[in-house]
Amino acid sequence: MDNELRSIDHEGLGTLFSRWRAGGRRILAPRRENEKTDFAEVQAPGEACLDPVQTAQSAKSAVFPRVEELFAYRRRDGLVELRERDLADLPATVLFGVRPCDAAALAGLAAILNWDTADRLFSARREKLAVVAVSCTRSDERCFCTSVGGGPGARTGSDLLLTDLGGGGYLVETVSDRGRALLAGAEDLLRPAAGREKDKESRLARVEKRFDPERVRAALQSLFDDEVFWTEQSLRCLGCGACAYVCPTCACFDIQDEDGRRLRCWDSCGHALFTLHTSGHNPRPLQSQRWRQRLMHKFSYMPERQEALGCVGCGRCSRACPVDMDILEHLLAVAEAKP
Amino acid sequence: MEALRNKARELLAAGTVKVVIGYERGSAGAARAVFVRDAARAGSLIFDETCRQNLAVYLMKPEVRRLGKAALVAAPAALRTVLQLAAENQVQDGGLLLLAPENGGVAVLAELSAVEARVAAQDPEPGREEREELARYEAMTLEQRRDFWQEQFARCSKCYACRAACPLCYCARCTVECNQPQWIPVPAHDLGNLEWNVMRAMHLAGRCIDCGDCSRACPAGIPLHLLNRKLIAVVRGSFAFRAGRAAKSDNALSTFRPDDPEDFIR
Amino acid sequence: MAEFDPKIVAFVCNWCTYAGADLTGTSRMKYSPQVSVIRFPCTGRIDFMLLLKAFAGGADGVIVSGCHPNDCHYSSGNFHARRRWIVFRGLLDFLGIDVRRVRFSWVSAAEGAKWAQLVNETAEQVRALGPHRSYQRLRGLGVG
Repeated sequence: MDNELRSIDHEGLGTLFSRWRAGGRRILAPRRENEKTDFAEVQAPGEACLDPVQTAQSAKSAVFPRVEELFAYRRRDGLVELRERDLADLPATVLFGVRPCDAAALAGLAAILNWDTADRLFSARREKLAVVAVSCTRSDERCFCTSVGGGPGARTGSDLLLTDLGGGGYLVETVSDRGRALLAGAEDLLRPAAGREKDKESRLARVEKRFDPERVRAALQSLFDDEVFWTEQSLRCLGCGACAYVCPTCACFDIQDEDGRRLRCWDSCGHALFTLHTSGHNPRPLQSQRWRQRLMHKFSYMPERQEALGCVGCGRCSRACPVDMDILEHLLAVAEAKP
Repeated sequence: MEALRNKARELLAAGTVKVVIGYERGSAGAARAVFVRDAARAGSLIFDETCRQNLAVYLMKPEVRRLGKAALVAAPAALRTVLQLAAENQVQDGGLLLLAPENGGVAVLAELSAVEARVAAQDPEPGREEREELARYEAMTLEQRRDFWQEQFARCSKCYACRAACPLCYCARCTVECNQPQWIPVPAHDLGNLEWNVMRAMHLAGRCIDCGDCSRACPAGIPLHLLNRKLIAVVRGSFAFRAGRAAKSDNALSTFRPDDPEDFIR
Repeated sequence: MAEFDPKIVAFVCNWCTYAGADLTGTSRMKYSPQVSVIRFPCTGRIDFMLLLKAFAGGADGVIVSGCHPNDCHYSSGNFHARRRWIVFRGLLDFLGIDVRRVRFSWVSAAEGAKWAQLVNETAEQVRALGPHRSYQRLRGLGVG
C-alpha cells in the first residue's frame, strides 16, 4: 500500500482518536478490568492497555456479538410480520490495539459466516469496522502465529498497522484504502519515520515456527479413528466452552426466539449436548470426539472447504483453559504422532 | 511427593486401582490433571501450591468413570467434595481411594469415615481474607452491589466454564439445556446472565464446598465464588448446616426444621 | 412527580391464601387493585425464579403467601418454601435487588382481612420505592 513509513506520537494518536470519534465512530481497545484485559469502548489512547501479550477474550464481538438480533417478528391477524434489521443502525467502529493474529482472524470468521450464503449482518458490521492493529514486541509460550501463516508484524487483515517505538510513539503503516481513509486529513499528526524508527523488524517479538499446518492436516486424517490418541488428549477436558468463546475465529452459534426477536448467540462444539438431535441421538457423546472435532474443524475441514485455517495462533484458548489444554502442545503431538 | 508417587506405583502395580487421578506439571509452570494408569508413569505426579484444581470434578465424568476404580490425589476441597457427593449418593463408600498428601508423606483414606475425620480435623473455615472480602461487599449499599454485579454479568458470555469446572454441577442435562420451556435464557444478554448466575447459585446452595474453581475457570474473571460464599454463610447462619462435612447428610434445601427462622414473614 | 401505580404480582397457594383472598372478596372488603394473583397448589411449588420472571415482566413488587406452618395442605410444602426463601432473599440482597419489593406472608383461608391488609401495605411500600426500573431496564440490554 503506502511505501512511506510514518510515525505518530502519543499526543497525535490522542488527536486521531478524537477525530475518529467526532466522525461518528466508536473506538474499541483493550482495557483492564478485574485482572483481565478485554476489549471495551474507550475515548482516548491512554485508556487502552497494551501491556499484556494478548487480551483474555477476542475482539470478535465487534463483528459477531455474543447476542444479536437477526430480525423481529409479530403475529397479527393470523399472519406473521417480519421486521428486518436496519443495517444502517450498526455502529461504525475502530478496533484499536488488536494484534496481527486477531486482524488475520477476521478473514477466518468471514470464511465461515460467508461461506455459502453471504451473512448480511456480519458483513455489514465488517464493512463498518476499521482495524488498527499493533504489532507484537513480546510473545509468550502460548503464541504460535508463525506456524499458521501469521507473524508478530504481519499486516493481513489490518487497515493500519502500528509498531511501538517506545515513549508513546508508533510507527504507522497504511495497509489498505480504509486505513488511508482513517488518516485522511491527519497529515499534521504524522511525520516521516526517521532513522532507527524505520527498523520495524528488530522491535518485533521472536516467534519460532513450531509446526507445518499441512503436516497437521495430513496427520489428522490418519488419526481420525485413533480412539486412544483422542482419549489421551482429552481426558482432563471439562467441555467448558471457554476455548470457543475466547477464540477469534470460532463462530458456532445457537438461535433462540425471545419476545418477538430471533437472536443469534455463541455456542461451543465442546459442550456435551452441542450435537444432540431432537431424536435423542448424539453423534459426539464423548469429550474425546468433541476435542477431535475442535482440531479437525480448524485444521482439516476449514482448509479443505473454505481454504482457510481456523486458527491464528493467538494462544487465547490455551491461556483461558482451566485445565491446561494447550492447543500448541496438542498440535505438536498430532504432527509427531506415528500413523 | 516421592511418598505420593510410591503409593501410586504400589496401588497401580497391585491392581488395587485402575487409575490415579492426580496433578502433573503442565505448561507455563502450572499444574494440571493427569490420569495415571501405568505404574511406570507415576513419576509424573506432583503436589505443591500450584495444585489448586479440585480434581473431584473428574469423579462425575463418564469418560473417567469408565477407566475403573480410582485413587484421587485430594487437596482439602476435594475431600469435602467427595463427602458431599457421597451424601448425594454419587460416590460409594469404599468405591474410591483418597490420597491426601501431608508433611512429606501421604495418607490413604479408603473409607468415607476416614475422610470425615480428616475434614473435621482440618475444619476449613473461610480465612480472614475471605471473610473480609465478603464483608466488603455486604458493607456496600444496595445500589453499589447492584451496579457491581450488573457490570460483572455484562461480561459473562454464558460459556458455562463455571458449571463445567464445578464438581457439584454434574447433571447430565442442565436445566438450561431444556427448552420446553426455555426456563433460563440461552443468550448472553444482561438478563439471561443474571438469571443463569442466580439459578446456579441457588442450585448449589447447601451443596457448594467452596473450592473456588468456578471463579478460576471464568474467562471473564467474574468473582463467582462470592455468590456461592454468600449462600454458604446464609445456609450456615440460618440452618446450622455445612456441606461437605458428612458422608450421610440431607440436602439443606430438601429438608427443614419446624423452627427455621421466619422473621421476614409477616 | 405523578403518583405511580405499582404492579404487584402475588404468588399464592390454593388452599390457604387463595381461599383467604376469596373470603376478602365475599366479605366485600376493598383493597388495592394493583395486585395480579397467580394460584399455585402450594407455596412449595413456587420456583424462586418466578419472582425474578415477574420483575422482568414488569412487576414492581411481589407477594408470596401461603398456609401457616403446620397448616400446609400437603403437610410440609410451606416449610420447604420457607427455607428456599431464606436463601433466595439473601442472594437477592447480595446482588443489589431490593428485597423490600418482595413480601412474604402466611395468610390462612380464614384471614380475609389479613389479605386485604397485606396487599394494601405492599402496594404502599412499593409505591414509595417507585417503579422497579433498575431491573426492568435489564431487558434488551446486551443484545447486539
